[in-house]
Amino acid sequence: MFGRLSVMLFKEFIQLRRDRWMMFRLIVPLFIQMVVFGYAATFTVHHVATAVLDLDQSQASRSLISHFVATSRFDIVDMARNQRQITRDIVHDRAVVAIVIHAGFSQDLESGRAAPLQVIVDGTNSNTALIALGYLSQITSQFSAEWAARAISLNVSAVRPETGIRLEPLPWFNEGLNERWFFIPGVIGTLTLLQVVSLTAFAVVREREVGTLEQIMVSPIRPFEFILGKTVPFFLIGFGDIALVTAFGLLWFRVPFVGDPLVMLGGSSLFLMAAVGMGLLLSTFSRTQQQAFALNFFLLNPFFILSGFAFPIAAMPRFLQWFTMINPLRYFLVVIRAVFLKGVGVDVLWPQLLALAALAGVMLTVSVLRFRKSLE
Amino acid sequence: MSASGGPAVLAEALTKKFGDFTAVDHLDLRIERGQVIGFLGPNGAGKSTTIRMLCGLLLPTSGRASVAGFDVGREPEAVREHIGYMSQKFSLYGDLTVRENLRFFGGIYRVRREDFAERMRFAISMAGLEGRQNALVHTLAGGWKQRLALGCAILHRPPVLFLDEPTSGVEPEARRQFWDLIHDLAAEHVTILVSTHYMDEAEYCNQVALIDRGTLIAMGTPSELRGHRLSGQLYELRCSPLGGALKALRGVTGVVEAAIFGDRLHVVLAENAPAGADIRRLLSEHGIQADLPRRIMPSLEDVFVQLVSRGAEHRVTA
Ligand SMILES: Nc1ncnc2c1ncn2[C@@H]1O[C@H](COP(=O)(O)OP(=O)(O)OP(=O)(O)O)[C@@H](O)[C@H]1O
Ligand SMILES: [Mg+2]
Repeated sequence: MFGRLSVMLFKEFIQLRRDRWMMFRLIVPLFIQMVVFGYAATFTVHHVATAVLDLDQSQASRSLISHFVATSRFDIVDMARNQRQITRDIVHDRAVVAIVIHAGFSQDLESGRAAPLQVIVDGTNSNTALIALGYLSQITSQFSAEWAARAISLNVSAVRPETGIRLEPLPWFNEGLNERWFFIPGVIGTLTLLQVVSLTAFAVVREREVGTLEQIMVSPIRPFEFILGKTVPFFLIGFGDIALVTAFGLLWFRVPFVGDPLVMLGGSSLFLMAAVGMGLLLSTFSRTQQQAFALNFFLLNPFFILSGFAFPIAAMPRFLQWFTMINPLRYFLVVIRAVFLKGVGVDVLWPQLLALAALAGVMLTVSVLRFRKSLE
Repeated sequence: MSASGGPAVLAEALTKKFGDFTAVDHLDLRIERGQVIGFLGPNGAGKSTTIRMLCGLLLPTSGRASVAGFDVGREPEAVREHIGYMSQKFSLYGDLTVRENLRFFGGIYRVRREDFAERMRFAISMAGLEGRQNALVHTLAGGWKQRLALGCAILHRPPVLFLDEPTSGVEPEARRQFWDLIHDLAAEHVTILVSTHYMDEAEYCNQVALIDRGTLIAMGTPSELRGHRLSGQLYELRCSPLGGALKALRGVTGVVEAAIFGDRLHVVLAENAPAGADIRRLLSEHGIQADLPRRIMPSLEDVFVQLVSRGAEHRVTA
C-alpha cells in the first residue's frame, strides 16, 4: 500500500510543481487577502461628511458643534442656513450625516429640560450610518455630562447633576479593539478552506476529465490508495497555508499569539480533514472542471458568510444559525481566534474541536463512499 | 485461481443498459489465448462499453464475463492484475515526462524493482523515444503518444490486452508501426482485443468480431467472413448519379445488396441476377450512365455493410 501511495504522492507533487499557475494561485490570493484584511477591512469610520443647521446660534450650540469637530470622526462640510439646504446635502451625497440644532437649544439646557437634537443620517450604507450614530451619541452624552458638571460648579440650582448610567468599555483580549487582530486569524481559516477545497476538487475532476482516472482505475490500485494520494498533498498544502499566514500575521501585523500551538495544530488538522473531504465530495458532483469551478464558487460563499468571519452568527435568523452548525469554518474560526488572542486551551475549546472532528469524520466518510460509487 | 487453460476472454449474455437504452445486448464472446481479435462496428455500436465491462470499469446489467480465467464481477482485483488497457481517449499524464509516466504506471502496478529498469528501457525503445525520456508527454506527436501508452499498458506484462481504438487519429505510417507492435506482442502469447473503425486494420487480426447496435453480428477470421458471409458475387459498378442507381437497383430480382463505396457502387448479385449488359441497360432506362459491372474480391467492409443492413431489416420486420 505504501508503495502505491508514495507513487501517487510523488506524481501529484511533480504535477503541482510543474503547474506554472499553481504557485500564483497559492501565493497571490494569500497576500491579497492579507493586505485587504490587514489594512482595508475596518469597521471604524473617520471623517464622515456632516452638514450642520444651527438654528440656536448660542454659545451652547457652538460648543456642541466644536465637540463634533474636535474628533476626527466628523468633517463639517456645510453650515446650512435652512432645512432645505440640509435635505439637498443629503440627497446629493454631499453629506452622510446632518445635525439640526433647534432654536431654544440653550434655553432648554439652562433650564434643565431635555434638549432635543435632530440627527439625519443617510441610511444607504447602513453600516456606516449606524457606526456614525454611535459616535454621535457618545459625543453628545459627553457634551451633556460636561455641561452638567459646569452647571454644578457654577452652582446653577436648576440643574441637577446627571445620575444616568455611564458605560465604561473595558475590552478584554484585544484591548485596542484592533480589527486586524480579529481578521487575520479569520483569514487563515477562510483562505485555507478556499484553497484546499478547490485544489482537491480540481485535482480529482481533472483526472476524470482527461481520462487518466479511468486508466488508474483499471490498475489494481485500491480506492483508498487513490483517495489518499489525492487528498494528502492538499492537506499538506493547507498546513503550509496556515503556517505562512500565521507567520505573516505574527511578524508583519504583530498579531499576538498567546495560546498553545498544539491546540492550533490539532484544530487545523481536523479542519483540513473536513476541507479535503468537502473537496472530494464536490468532485463527485462535477464531470468537468468548469462545473467544479461553479460549484466551488456557489458553495464556498455561503460558507464564508455563515461562518462568523465578518458577520456575527448570533445576529442571523434561526434557520441560518442551524446551517452554521455544519460549517467547519465556524468552529475553526472560534478555535483559531481563541488560540491567537485568548490563549485558552482544550478545556474551553473542546466543543469546537469535537464538532470539527465529527464534521471531518462525516465529510470524509460520505465523500469516500460517494467517490467510490462514482468510479463505477 | 486459474491462469492456465480456458479462453482468455469469455462473455455470456453480457448486457449493459443505460436507463432504457441497451448499449450491449446479450453478447457472447469467446477468445482463445494468443489471438488478436478485432472489434469492428460503427459509432455507438457498443465496442467501448463491452471493453469497459470486460476491464471491470463498468458493471454489467446482466450476464457474466471472465478474463484470464477470473470472473469480472467476483474477482475484479485479480482481473485488473492480469489486463492492460488503453482507453479510447489518450490518457497518460501530459504534464509528466515520458520517464515519469512509466515510473508512475510501473509503481501503480508494482512492477518489481529488478524488472523495472529493463522494462522501462524496452517500453522507451518500443515507442521509439530513445533520447526523449525527459520530454513532457504533451509535446509528443500522436504516434509516439500511442506507442508510449501501449508501453505503459504492458509494463506489468499482462496476458490480456484491451486496446480501444488505439490508432484513431494517428497517421497511416504510425498505424502500421503500431500494428507491428501488436503482432510482436501476440507472438509472445498475449491475447489482444483491439477495437477499430478502420476496416483495413481488421485484416491484421486473427479473428474479427462485427458488432452493431450492441449485438455481435458475426465473428470469424477475415477470410472466413469474406468468403462465406456474402450471399452472392460482388461486383463493382461505376455509374452516375450514384443515388439514382442505388434506388433503381434495389428491388431488382437477384440484386442482394447495393451500397455506395466512395465514387462507385458495390453490388452483390445472386445466381438469378440479370447479366451485366442487362443491368447497364436497366440503368440507362432510368437515365443513369454506367460501365459494365466488374467482379471484385469482397473486402470486410462489403461483408460488414451487408450484415449490418440485413440486421437492420431483421429488426424492422421483427
Ligand atoms: N455512461 C453512459 N451513459 C449513457 N449512455 C452511454 C454511456 N456510455 C455509452 N453510452 C451509449 O452507449 C452506446 C454505445 O457506446 P460505445 O461507446 O460503447 O460505442 P462504441 O462502439 O465504442 O462507439 P465509438 O466507435 O464511437 O467509440 C452509445 O450510443 C453511447 O451513447
Ligand atoms: Mg468507443
